[in-house]
Amino acid sequence: MTGLWVALAAIAIALVFGTFRALTDGRFRGTHKPAGHPSLVEEGRHPSLVEEGRRARLETTAWTQLGAAATSTELGERATLVQFSSAFCAPCRVTRRVLSDVAETTPGVVHLEVDAEHHLDATRRLGILRTPTTLILDPTGREIARAAGAPRKDQVLATIPARDLT
Amino acid sequence: MSTTASARTGARPEAGSGIDPRGPQFNAAVTVVVLVAILVTAGTAVGTVLTAVQAALFAWGAIGGVQTTIHAKVFKALIRPRLASPDHLEDPAPPRFAQAVGLGFAAVALVGFLVGGTTVGTVAIALALVAATLNAVFRFCLGCEVYLLIKRATS
Repeated sequence: MTGLWVALAAIAIALVFGTFRALTDGRFRGTHKPAGHPSLVEEGRHPSLVEEGRRARLETTAWTQLGAAATSTELGERATLVQFSSAFCAPCRVTRRVLSDVAETTPGVVHLEVDAEHHLDATRRLGILRTPTTLILDPTGREIARAAGAPRKDQVLATIPARDLT
Repeated sequence: MSTTASARTGARPEAGSGIDPRGPQFNAAVTVVVLVAILVTAGTAVGTVLTAVQAALFAWGAIGGVQTTIHAKVFKALIRPRLASPDHLEDPAPPRFAQAVGLGFAAVALVGFLVGGTTVGTVAIALALVAATLNAVFRFCLGCEVYLLIKRATS
């Protein structure tokens, strides 16, 4: 009789956890405001994007924290989609398709896939706990949002910064 | 203004083919039924034998690949013909890894039941049941997620 209760409890836990995951997977949560965010403009402290970019390159950004994992690509002029993947990850494949589709159809957007287990330093520095995790970087390389789990195309498009920042 | 690129560093190349994702899902559903039966009969000879059978099935999937198991053959012969074609194919490596994780839990449970540690066996099977249910209902691979956390913690 105990065994039956244990079984029901295990199934209940799985259903609650799985439902929570299904609802939150792929949702982007903002981490930093993009360069040229309206609030900075209003305060009259908004430097030109070039200056901002120059300053940001000297700062520690998500892009610099990628280190060796990011040498092969330039930052996108509008956004860079950094996808952390691993070998044993079914939703990584779907995510790759969605993000490369966005990169191919949206000018100035670059997709970069990082194998998390071969870049554990970057994985730790950026606090990646799951694959797939997608970071959206602004043109200066700062992280503006991240999503754990496979995002849908509309979720990506709604989160990448507006085309005209100047 | 068109820096459109899709680059990857060190990631595995995209496999040209794959498996129907509903195959491993069916496997997980059958596993759920077996694991519930084990929990209900835990502490009896039936429970121990079922645990040994499930451990063997996990080992089969982990060593031979998920496409070679009895579940996969039943799926191909009886279930897949009744379903629409899948909207996408999946890499067989993640579900295969999940079978290896399941084998770990089933092995602990089997040893527990054999030496009279019914509680240890029950807890191990219950954990496997959580993972199998997630897989069967949500196609969610718990072992695959834990993989990165273990890598992060140990290397």
